[in-house]
Amino acid sequence: MVKLVFLWTDALLYVLVATVLLSAWYIRSHEHLRAPWREVLHSRLGVAAMVVLAAYVTIGLLDSVHFRMPAGGRAADGAERYSGRVLSVLDLILTPLRTHEEETYSAPLATRLYTKETVELPDGRDVRIYPRLRYGGAQLRDPARERIPDILHTVLRGAVFALVLWAALLALVVARLARRHRWRVLHALYRVLSGRTEHPWNVALYTAGALILFGSVTGHLAVHYHVFGTDKVGQDVFYETLKSIRTGLVIGTLSTLVMLPLAIVLGITAGYFRSWVDDVIQYLYTTLNSIPGVLLIAAAILMLEVYMANHPQNFQTVIARADLRLLFLCIILGITSWTGLCRLLRGEALKLRELDYIQAAQAFGVGHTKILTRHILPNVMHIVLITVVLDFSGLVLAEAVLTYVGVGVDPTTYSWGNMINGARLELARDPVVWWSLAAAFVFMFGLVLSANLFADAVRDAFDPRSGTTRGPGSGRRDVGA
Amino acid sequence: MIAYIIRRILYAVPILIGVNLITFVLFFSVNSPDDMARMQLGTKRVTPQAIQMWKHDHGYDKPLLYNAAQRGVDRFTDTIFFQKSVRLFAFDFGRSDSGRDIGSDIRQRMWPSLAIAVPVFVVGLLTNITMALLIVFFRATYLEVSAVVLSVVLMSISSLFYIIAGQYIVGKLMHLVPISGYAGGLSAFKFLVLPVVVGVISGIGSGTRWYRTIFLEEFGKDYVRTARAKGLSELRVLFRHVLQNGMVPILTGAMVILPLLFMGNLILESFFGIPGLGSYTIDAIQSQDFAIVRAMVFLGSVLYIVGLLLTDISYTLVDPRIRLR
Amino acid sequence: MSDVLLEIENLETRIGAGEGAVRAVDGVSLAVRRGETFALLGESGCGKSMTALSIMRLLPAPAGHVVGGRVILEGTDLLGLSEAEMRRVRGGRIGMIFQELMTSLNPVLTIGEQIAETVHMHRRLRGRALRARVLELMDSVGVPSPRRHIGDYPHQLSGGMKQRVMIAIALAGEPQLLIADEPTTALDVTIQAEVLDLLRRLQHETGMALLLITHDLGVVAQMADQVGVMYAGHIVEEAPRAPFFENPHHPYSRKLFESVPTMDKRDRPLAVIPGSVPELTRVFHGCRFVDRCARAWEACREIAPAWRVVADGYRVRCHLYDPAHADGAPEPARVPAPAAVVRPARSDHGADLLRVTDLEIHFPIQSGLFKRISGRVRAVDGVSLAVGVGHTLALVGESGCGKTTVAKGILQLIRPTAGSVRFDGVELTTLRGRALRRRRRDFQIIFQDPFSSMNPRMMIGDIVEEGMVALGLVTDRDARRARVEELLGQVGGLPARARERYPHEFSGGQRQRICIARALAVDPKLIVCDEPTSALDVSVQAQILNLLKRLQGKLGLSYLFITHNLSVVSYLADDVAVMYLGRIVERGAVGEVLEAPCHPYTEALLSAVPVIDEASRREVIRLEGDLPTPVDPPAGCHFHPRCPRAMPVCREHYPGVTRIGEHHEVRCHLHGT
Repeated sequence: MVKLVFLWTDALLYVLVATVLLSAWYIRSHEHLRAPWREVLHSRLGVAAMVVLAAYVTIGLLDSVHFRMPAGGRAADGAERYSGRVLSVLDLILTPLRTHEEETYSAPLATRLYTKETVELPDGRDVRIYPRLRYGGAQLRDPARERIPDILHTVLRGAVFALVLWAALLALVVARLARRHRWRVLHALYRVLSGRTEHPWNVALYTAGALILFGSVTGHLAVHYHVFGTDKVGQDVFYETLKSIRTGLVIGTLSTLVMLPLAIVLGITAGYFRSWVDDVIQYLYTTLNSIPGVLLIAAAILMLEVYMANHPQNFQTVIARADLRLLFLCIILGITSWTGLCRLLRGEALKLRELDYIQAAQAFGVGHTKILTRHILPNVMHIVLITVVLDFSGLVLAEAVLTYVGVGVDPTTYSWGNMINGARLELARDPVVWWSLAAAFVFMFGLVLSANLFADAVRDAFDPRSGTTRGPGSGRRDVGA
Repeated sequence: MIAYIIRRILYAVPILIGVNLITFVLFFSVNSPDDMARMQLGTKRVTPQAIQMWKHDHGYDKPLLYNAAQRGVDRFTDTIFFQKSVRLFAFDFGRSDSGRDIGSDIRQRMWPSLAIAVPVFVVGLLTNITMALLIVFFRATYLEVSAVVLSVVLMSISSLFYIIAGQYIVGKLMHLVPISGYAGGLSAFKFLVLPVVVGVISGIGSGTRWYRTIFLEEFGKDYVRTARAKGLSELRVLFRHVLQNGMVPILTGAMVILPLLFMGNLILESFFGIPGLGSYTIDAIQSQDFAIVRAMVFLGSVLYIVGLLLTDISYTLVDPRIRLR
Repeated sequence: MSDVLLEIENLETRIGAGEGAVRAVDGVSLAVRRGETFALLGESGCGKSMTALSIMRLLPAPAGHVVGGRVILEGTDLLGLSEAEMRRVRGGRIGMIFQELMTSLNPVLTIGEQIAETVHMHRRLRGRALRARVLELMDSVGVPSPRRHIGDYPHQLSGGMKQRVMIAIALAGEPQLLIADEPTTALDVTIQAEVLDLLRRLQHETGMALLLITHDLGVVAQMADQVGVMYAGHIVEEAPRAPFFENPHHPYSRKLFESVPTMDKRDRPLAVIPGSVPELTRVFHGCRFVDRCARAWEACREIAPAWRVVADGYRVRCHLYDPAHADGAPEPARVPAPAAVVRPARSDHGADLLRVTDLEIHFPIQSGLFKRISGRVRAVDGVSLAVGVGHTLALVGESGCGKTTVAKGILQLIRPTAGSVRFDGVELTTLRGRALRRRRRDFQIIFQDPFSSMNPRMMIGDIVEEGMVALGLVTDRDARRARVEELLGQVGGLPARARERYPHEFSGGQRQRICIARALAVDPKLIVCDEPTSALDVSVQAQILNLLKRLQGKLGLSYLFITHNLSVVSYLADDVAVMYLGRIVERGAVGEVLEAPCHPYTEALLSAVPVIDEASRREVIRLEGDLPTPVDPPAGCHFHPRCPRAMPVCREHYPGVTRIGEHHEVRCHLHGT
């Protein structure tokens, strides 16, 4: 059996997923909470963004179940021995990508290395050639002639496979809708494809179709080729960028969530009680806010580095070490950004406390705690939600920048920032090694764009007119260029 | 007004003390003065005496926060924290741990920083506002829809991409400007063009969107309806009424940033090899030079507080309803 | 008719598109003659403002659009003009003033600039001439010393002054038609009287026509030449003023008249219009009022009534007046003579439930370097009043006089600075914590705004039972539930399943009922009603007033009723206290005070109320200036700077209390000894 490994960020992600599921269940049973979400589901861009996000999240979650494989044999005390390497479910699925390591750079879909190497021929002579790759296109006997047809053939197979999958998905949706609305199947099909359904199912299906097509084609290609080439040490770039998704998601979600309770509690108590409580809390966040964000992050990360260097015994594996740094980065990013939310909530609580229903509650002698939890908190939750969603994309982008500056994630962690950082210097080469950069930027762009579109849909649904949450992002202007 | 400003300046003191305390605690919770000395002196053949000497020279031979050996007020004043903090309030940054004069470093490096940050700020602000006004003018048309989508796309692209693409296309393929580096005087221009352009472009997406929401919000207000009922043209409504009212949030948003421009643009400076305060800070972080980090954090906080004060003052200038007391 | 200035034919305006579009204006036709005032009367949501915006082509873009009809101004169809041509009409030939006067002026431009803009636009004046014209306009709308105020920003002006500036802007282009959308709704009665006066004077001077949009029958009675009653998107009755007020024809108009509270309706419930205004998203086939009409029959459901001319210039859309249909009409239902509300005999003041003595509530003003307290807002400055068991005391005053602060001070939501609040013999101001909380069940409050008075995230059941839970009155869940259902029934037939619904699903009137249920849940003895009906339409107001009266008779409640509406006072209250700038200037039994007011302020207040009945109209007593600030009240009698009968002594001393009758006191030197 495998031995499960729980990383800190895994555990927090599980908590997050559980919270999301619980609140979804709660929201389902409350009409006034459900209404804005229904509006999100009615927005075309919102639905498309949700489908893309769901794909990213699935990959991220698959990458968050970690374990160690049995190493074979038993220890002296009879316990099973485990490999030192921590793997995730995603690693298992991507085993060919993970294990197909080349010597060094190779271009996307190439069959030969990108650099000339001196190879000893069987007859003992040395020649400088572009050697064949160990895995990329290794099944071809004459790559020069067979490569293009083989690739086209694989793409076609992938496309056909995707079409079948998509048709199955379409059938599922059509069948469900036909049953619910008692439509005839053909009528349901027509309605779904032409978008005459309550939710824009056609948009969801087309987006899913595009994703399936992309996944299927790259999946088929990846068996024999390096779809996005390989990097300096010969690692498959496609594998790297898929592994980076989890890092992006962790930074984007945990950073805000870690500090959320503090921001909420301090924000609404400051606004509700005013007087000296307000003064103290305002002092707290003005002080934190006045420290330049990057400097605070840098100082904190350096501190962690020193701590880790001095206490190596606390970290069993490299991955645990990198994970702790990731978590720490989330916390410190959270600290630099919670002040914005705190200020928003304080302002809102200041407004709410003057409303008649709070006065009515006070006239009944309802206690402060109860007023805070029953009357104020539920009425600021939409601001919290919008802030969390809006902050997400900014945080994903910030990761890349911070990693570049050297105060981001651990260099051993897969992340888009590390990929960009590693590939940046290679731009000076001639011809250029561009694929690492391209893969990182494209995948990051996909995540950030869909997150932004989703955030727009959420904001339009939850805060249609008031300008409370329409700030220019919360104080992270100094991190971005 | 004067009383208000003085009061705000007095409020700044506890904030700055708090900021100093945070930096101090963050730094010394993992480092000790001994570690610093060892690091600065190099690892080879460091005698305890040399460490003592270094600590004494740099003023690190006192207790950190509380000096039990002293009496009265001195218990708190005769400490590293107090000694190092008090000087900052007089803007005397002293010498860096590696022996450089921080004050003169800052004076020297602030010019390249300003040379990048100010144009990025000014050009960016003008571009974004113009774009936003155009979008609002063409509202409820396909032009608006596509411009809004475009700005979402633009803001979803990492700033690193703009930098790398800019360097690659303009610098490497077209050979128009040097990829990185800096020179004083007039020749600075050719080094600055690219970073400024990249800086402006990378801010267009989010900036335009933000200003657009400001203008749209103003457009929904009752006074705009009054202005229309007067028979004013759409352009006049836009420029005389909406823009003037929009200036309140715009100016106040910009004022906070204004003093911080001084600190330089970290990423641009570091990518384009410009010797400004941003890269100065990064270097200090990497070499763990506490004196510089502390000075820069302090400076940043002061500038932030100045920014807040400027914000309040600018409110009174653009919005006649607000008076400071 | 050649004297017709503006003619609207079958105007149709929709908000939104597709099936869910709101037919905000659905076939309005009317004609405004030169120099006359056409009053468009209707309750909220009937489409009267949308009609005005359609004429100006200022509908909220992009949702609102005119889909049919014509708007003809002196022969030109405005709907066919290009945008550039339309701009010359706006402000030039048609001026408009809006209801939202707090937000309708640009906050960052001076009023001079805002007036000048229109003058320049339509009269092409510049420089000195422009300035002279602006000053002239300001003078003509009654801005005192225009030269001093020309550089003022809107926030520096009082509400009445803002409305004058708005009128100046609208007049700057010398329009032939002025559209006034609820021009006085946001103003106090004394200011309202001045603004209406001004409009009449200007109309007389310039000969412009006025399209007056209002919900207030009193305003219509004073201002209109021609009246159009609007209901659910179209006009149901159109008539010259005199015959309309003598004998309104449409059942809806009649009900409107009957639901206005007055003194002589005191001993019976007010007429109410059951149900609520229909959704304007639907297409109507029959009469739009049918569901709420007491005299409807089948024909009303099936055939939309056409215009019937019942007299010269008097037409109405109702089958009752159509001989072709009227045979089926039921006889007017005999309204059963309402059981006279049994009221306990007026007890003497020994049985006071609440006695407030010299209540003061001051708010400190901080200023200077260290925010020292440099002054006080004397929001409430020595108020004494008493509410008898089972009685209603009305606290009357204009906005800013401190009446809501009195209420909060009594309820201990704001702790008074000084004075005593004795409730049922117990001093409340010194009670703290648990002891105060135990007492809270005895006094409750109902607020003005039915939308902000309930937590939008809580279900009605939880809202109503909140007090019971907080005060630990009913601990058993099922008992609580039963009690909530009983209460919901008691306040006017809200079904038991309302418990599990949310506030936004109810109309303003229903919400106010729920708020009453919430207050009743803890069996209070006193309910403070803070303007509970001023956000409601008159027909809904009647429902709430009836309910309050019924509950008082049944449960023996006492009310402290805070309002600025004197007709509500005359209908509901037993005693009345008139408040001016933090102090009570006159109090007494409602009959005495309203019939024979002693204080000049009360007189002015009463004279300013627009009255429907021409016979009982009084000469309006004009008050100079605005309410002074409670930071720095005038020396002597606070009212003397505005008082038409001020004497030298008024500047010196604040007058003491003078007893006029057994229950009638006044603080005025005119009546002093």
